[in-house]
Amino acid sequence: MGKKKTPAINSSSTADIAFLLLCYFLMTTTMGSQTGLQRRLPPMPDENQKVEDIKINRRNIIVVRINANDRLLAGSEALDISQLKDKIKEFLTNPANDPNLPEKEEKNIENYGKAQVSKGIISLQNDRGTSYKAYIAVQNELVKAINELRDDFCYKEYGKKFASLDEEKQKIVKEIIPQNISEAEPKDTGKKK
Amino acid sequence: MSKFGGSNNKKDVPAITSSSLSDIVFMLLFFFMVTTQLRETENKVMVKLPEASEVVKLERKDLAAYINVGSPIRSLQSQYGTDARIQLNDSFKTVQDIRDFIAAERDSKSEADRSYMTTVIKGDMDVRMGIITDIKQELRRCSALKIMYQARKAE
Repeated sequence: MGKKKTPAINSSSTADIAFLLLCYFLMTTTMGSQTGLQRRLPPMPDENQKVEDIKINRRNIIVVRINANDRLLAGSEALDISQLKDKIKEFLTNPANDPNLPEKEEKNIENYGKAQVSKGIISLQNDRGTSYKAYIAVQNELVKAINELRDDFCYKEYGKKFASLDEEKQKIVKEIIPQNISEAEPKDTGKKK
Repeated sequence: MSKFGGSNNKKDVPAITSSSLSDIVFMLLFFFMVTTQLRETENKVMVKLPEASEVVKLERKDLAAYINVGSPIRSLQSQYGTDARIQLNDSFKTVQDIRDFIAAERDSKSEADRSYMTTVIKGDMDVRMGIITDIKQELRRCSALKIMYQARKAE
């Protein structure tokens, strides 16, 4: 009688099948998370409402312009992109209390106490012909300047980097060194001929 | 002393069962199946992302609306030319269509999350700012103010 034993089904090939499926998902998957520069746009002014000119002291604003040829103008001088970061840092810290650089305001910050907060605002203007790449590069430099200032401050106050602080302290630092970048209404600066 | 096997044991070493191998592989498989997200829309524009060093991660991927900007892919260039175009979902659109697109995206999110919706601008690095500015203005008009310029992390 041959009915003694049913031969076991060879299951070694299921691994191969599973491997094939695995390879398929490995190839199609996109694990890399999306990264980018986050911004908040200013709300559109109401059409009925008259636009009030918010008087900002001239010394408190630095205009960064990128023209159609991707050349940079910060304040009143033409700069290379590599110089922009230091210019912004100087603008925001105003170490020598220069009357041409932004004034500082003493603010009472929750859980921290009094702190000197710069009133400086960076206004970024671009031309319609500016390349996106140059625009992002400038945005990146601006963020970098602010991040470095925050890191410096954190080292001094807490002995840690900004990223490794807890949320509450990050909030304090963000208030002391705010990221005031205004992306102004579009203007044509330097038309290409 | 033959109790502990001795010479008898060396005769048939039991084969290592490979049946659990498939289980392990299946576990891996499930992991990838869960974490994977297949590309929902077909890209119709070529986007080469600009590089930036100070990028942050997009926090809520499910709350993002994507606007692709770039020149059409090669196979569509004969039809649409090489000028930069806006792609929303699956087709080329104009700046005026952004309003409907944002409204539709907003409707698809749950009410509590709507204010956290981020509009991700996926722009090609060679695109001119004119079109981006138009998009930004339109987004301001629809009060979709949270935006992100997508960029690759530079080393």
